[in-house]
Amino acid sequence: MTDVTDAARATTLEPAPTPPARRRRRTGRGWPATPYLFVAAAVALLLVFTYVPVVNMFWYSLTDWDGLSKTKDFVGLDNYVEVFTRKDIFAVFFVSLYYFVASFVQIALALYFATLLTFSTRFRNFFKGVIFFPYLINGVAIGLIFLFFFQPGGTLDSVLHAFHVGHAPYPLWLGDPDIANVSLAGVSVWRYLGLNFVLFLGAMQSISGELYEAAELDGATRWHEFRYIIAPSIRPIIGLSVILAIAGSLSVFEIPFIMTQGANGTTTFVIKTVKLAFTFNKFGLASAMAVVLLLIVLVVTAIQRWVFPDEKGGRP
Amino acid sequence: MRTAAARTGKYVSLVVACLFALVPIAVIVTSSLKTDAEFASTGPLTMPRSWTNFGNYVTAFTDGHMLRGFANTAIILVISLAGTILIGTTAAYAIDRFDFRGKKVVLGLFLVATLVPGVTTQVATFKVVDTLGLFDTRWSAVVLFMGTDIISLYIFIQFMRSIPKDLDEAATIDGANHFTIYRKVILPLLKPAIATVVIVKGIAIYNEFYIPFLYMPSDRLGVISTSLFRFKGPFGAHWEVICAGVVIVLVPTLVLFLALQRYIYNGFTTGAVK
Repeated sequence: MTDVTDAARATTLEPAPTPPARRRRRTGRGWPATPYLFVAAAVALLLVFTYVPVVNMFWYSLTDWDGLSKTKDFVGLDNYVEVFTRKDIFAVFFVSLYYFVASFVQIALALYFATLLTFSTRFRNFFKGVIFFPYLINGVAIGLIFLFFFQPGGTLDSVLHAFHVGHAPYPLWLGDPDIANVSLAGVSVWRYLGLNFVLFLGAMQSISGELYEAAELDGATRWHEFRYIIAPSIRPIIGLSVILAIAGSLSVFEIPFIMTQGANGTTTFVIKTVKLAFTFNKFGLASAMAVVLLLIVLVVTAIQRWVFPDEKGGRP
Repeated sequence: MRTAAARTGKYVSLVVACLFALVPIAVIVTSSLKTDAEFASTGPLTMPRSWTNFGNYVTAFTDGHMLRGFANTAIILVISLAGTILIGTTAAYAIDRFDFRGKKVVLGLFLVATLVPGVTTQVATFKVVDTLGLFDTRWSAVVLFMGTDIISLYIFIQFMRSIPKDLDEAATIDGANHFTIYRKVILPLLKPAIATVVIVKGIAIYNEFYIPFLYMPSDRLGVISTSLFRFKGPFGAHWEVICAGVVIVLVPTLVLFLALQRYIYNGFTTGAVK
């Protein structure tokens, strides 16, 4: 669940302020406009495709614009009231909960497998590759793979049948509103587990092997090693993953859109926004939803910085 | 203290994980080799009668327009990557090597922008793209891939810090101007960072669905993702053809992964953590 990786990544990406000693003297030589020329294209694109939309979005959210007509009427906070009072809109927050819970399963599994592979293992690279590879696969391909997997008489039903688990008729994995979100959240775990796993593994491998040797001499079990050596060392990256989980579970789009188009109670926040804007021409309302999502993500990021302040900027 | 049971448990759980990862893909591969009638009469776990029945692949390529999808993806990929590298490296050069009025503001703008998840602003971004007359052209995807990529810029800035400033100064003494220094000194030394950006961003562009789906609805502009997505309609009753389409999209990713494993792991770790 890393649809909004940028937000959380930024928290560790902020360049440390240039130390005064390193600060370059004002360049006397050369044309004074030079640095502006070098940075102009990047800033122009940033303004046009990030800041203009954000500002516009705040403005649209206060109007009843349909996205097409020349005029828009100012309606104050009506759209926001609608977001929080209309049942079909507010319900999409509950859909996020499935993905939110799933991302903790994902983090736990990633920690488990990363810990296993930190210690010497036969076919280590093979296992690492297989667990990571799904993360690289095209989202549409994943959607289709799992449509096939979950369809009646599909892969899942056949495997369950082969192992004599349950009996036909199997539930409609994507058709039954009680199960559909669980199935889709499962696909999400399948897709994103590999990234968490590789990040954790990378962090774990930077821990000195001597620590484990010393712990083992003292009779530590694997659980002790995990609890007292691994977990504290990779705390920042776990924190980052949890933040990504929260932000990511609110901005789920691809998998449910490709697989169910939001049918059977699987409409997510972003699917709802896109539908309101482009199918129902409710640009004002859709903008208000987008603003709400943006504010939630900003608050979550702020909390992360407050809880894990040491992560900011310089990393080893 | 490592008992045999623990060892067995470890390998069993790894094998189970591999099965979970591979079985859904494997059945797609076997199904893609079945004929229409064979697919209808056999279950997903049955092996295909012939391992060389590539008829579905031909259908996917011809009727599914996969070739056109690859061509569009390739065009967008090359232009966006070239643009991202040019814009990102020049901006990183200015930010890391110069002091200029407004530098703090520029840095602040980039930093705050990383907090804005792209999906949230699409509703308004759509209007901007439309106003610029880029809707339903390949340029919509190109400018969005170039314009909303701040991670690459940070990778370049991070890397440029490790390039000693003495090199710039030596070149200045030799009479080089800033453009020459950028082109002859900085750019060649940034190669590892450029490789990271090409891998991470290349994979992201190849896999992107949302942007082409929203901004390039015409059939003739179908990229890999949207072409495959359109399989759902006409081939809805022909899963064996859809499976072939999925495999066609998967193969380049698999080949790239096997060839560049180490760089890919490094790239994603760098992109996410550094």
